[in-house]
Amino acid sequence: MTANPGVQRVRWMEGGGPAADLVLSSRIRLARNLEDYPFPTLLGPEQGQEIIRLMEGVTEHLSAAGLGRFTLLRMADLSPLDRRVLVEQHLISPQHARNAATGAVILNDDRSISIMVNEEDHLRIQCLLGGLQLHEAWAVATRVDDVIEAHVRYAFDDERGYLTTCPTNLGTGIRASVMVHLPGLVLARQAGRLLSQLGKVGMVVRGLYGEGTEALGNVFQVSNQITLGPSEEELIDNLIGFTRQLLDQERSARERLYRENEDGVKDRVMRAYGLLTNAWTISSEEAIRLLSDLRLGIDLNVLSHVRPEVFNELIVLTRPACLQKLAGKELDARERDLLRARLIRERIAAALRKTTQ
Amino acid sequence: MLCDECGQRKATVHLTQIINGKKTERHLCAHCAQRHEHEFFFEPQFSIHNLLAGLLEGWQPPAGTVQDLRCSRCGLRYREFARTGLLGCSHCYDDFRQQLEPVLRRIQGQVRHGGKVPSRAGSRVQLGRQLEQLRARLREAVAREEYEEAARLRDQIRQLEQRVRAGEGWAGTAGPGAPPGGPGSAPPGTAPGR
Repeated sequence: MTANPGVQRVRWMEGGGPAADLVLSSRIRLARNLEDYPFPTLLGPEQGQEIIRLMEGVTEHLSAAGLGRFTLLRMADLSPLDRRVLVEQHLISPQHARNAATGAVILNDDRSISIMVNEEDHLRIQCLLGGLQLHEAWAVATRVDDVIEAHVRYAFDDERGYLTTCPTNLGTGIRASVMVHLPGLVLARQAGRLLSQLGKVGMVVRGLYGEGTEALGNVFQVSNQITLGPSEEELIDNLIGFTRQLLDQERSARERLYRENEDGVKDRVMRAYGLLTNAWTISSEEAIRLLSDLRLGIDLNVLSHVRPEVFNELIVLTRPACLQKLAGKELDARERDLLRARLIRERIAAALRKTTQ
Repeated sequence: MLCDECGQRKATVHLTQIINGKKTERHLCAHCAQRHEHEFFFEPQFSIHNLLAGLLEGWQPPAGTVQDLRCSRCGLRYREFARTGLLGCSHCYDDFRQQLEPVLRRIQGQVRHGGKVPSRAGSRVQLGRQLEQLRARLREAVAREEYEEAARLRDQIRQLEQRVRAGEGWAGTAGPGAPPGGPGSAPPGTAPGR
């Protein structure tokens, strides 16, 4: 298996950007509604289609604005598998994937921009970049917003800002978030304590994959909770400030862990490497847990010969829908476990740095 | 409401779980919730909406008052909003203003937007400011008895007022991207319920 037959290139998965060792991606999402329609909660199928047609026209203007080539896809035209792939790549929400009646998504060619049409709000403009690049993602998202706004009338109020379906998004409509990999804090049993303090500073934390029941891959998503009052830049600065603190804590937790139990850490990392490069069949949960250990080992230079981006890529490609997309057919659980193991072996082999080959 | 687990402290975390159509609710205090935090972080049910609905639930006044309040444009009942945390249209913000303000204060801390303004609204704000300046200049011109200047300013003000009335800044007449049906495409009360 060489390139990604069947799975579209997604920019954030390629890694890179500042603090990319700990921050997998930065996302800016803007919630917007059109003035003349009820919110999606009360939107009929015909009105929903009207909005999609309206956005089809806007798609051409977006392509002309130099942010890439944009395509509008209707949920109804996508197979359930293709929709799940978009969910696993963090381009649409699970809720949106189920909305065949009025749902659509506009994507640019490197998938750094996605606009959900008729999700909880009429428009959810998202920009997703690798590493800690919230200001950069905001610059892109606000440009997309400006292009759209030149062609539609937004529901906006001087006092309350952008009017959103849920009052928790009111005002700026912005949700800035970072996906952070925090194995050090989890191993040091500090993650729970730290993350539960988030509410006090106006932040929210979620897991990478909502459907799981544990800290899958030690990846957490941290975002702003407040949207009304401060400006977008202030909210982003707050989140960046908080993320930097979290990263400092993670780095010192890793250092302490390595200092106090170097053999234990090395053993954990090498066992993960051994299993990942040899396992013949592997479940999604085991894969993600071991991949997190592998990445920790790469970051701590225990495994300096493996390129780190393999983690970002594999935590998404080993998910059920992406795997089936790669295989080009539906697979049962056993077949998925076999393919997952093969994919991991091949991708890690491909991620070995040239100097050691 | 007391915590389901310890039965001693006040429940501040409200969880609703729907598994295979079966709904269960749990109400925990912050202390007991901490022991279950891994569940909250990774279950989609623990969303901001649930938090909001939890807040609203605690705030609901007795039935027969605010409960029966409806949005005059989309018909959404306040009761429904309190259950889901989702509004029906932009007009709900006006019709539920009184009820929403304390909730907004609680979840957002502030109630005045301080961020980006769409350029269309921006030009409306600019027109307003321009108008204020012209009116001040008119008052000065009258005070100085410069009637020719005052007449010129008066005409300028009238022109500007007309532009404001025509809704400039909101592309008054349907702009290139205005919905095909125009504002009439979403007549009050015709939106089907969820």
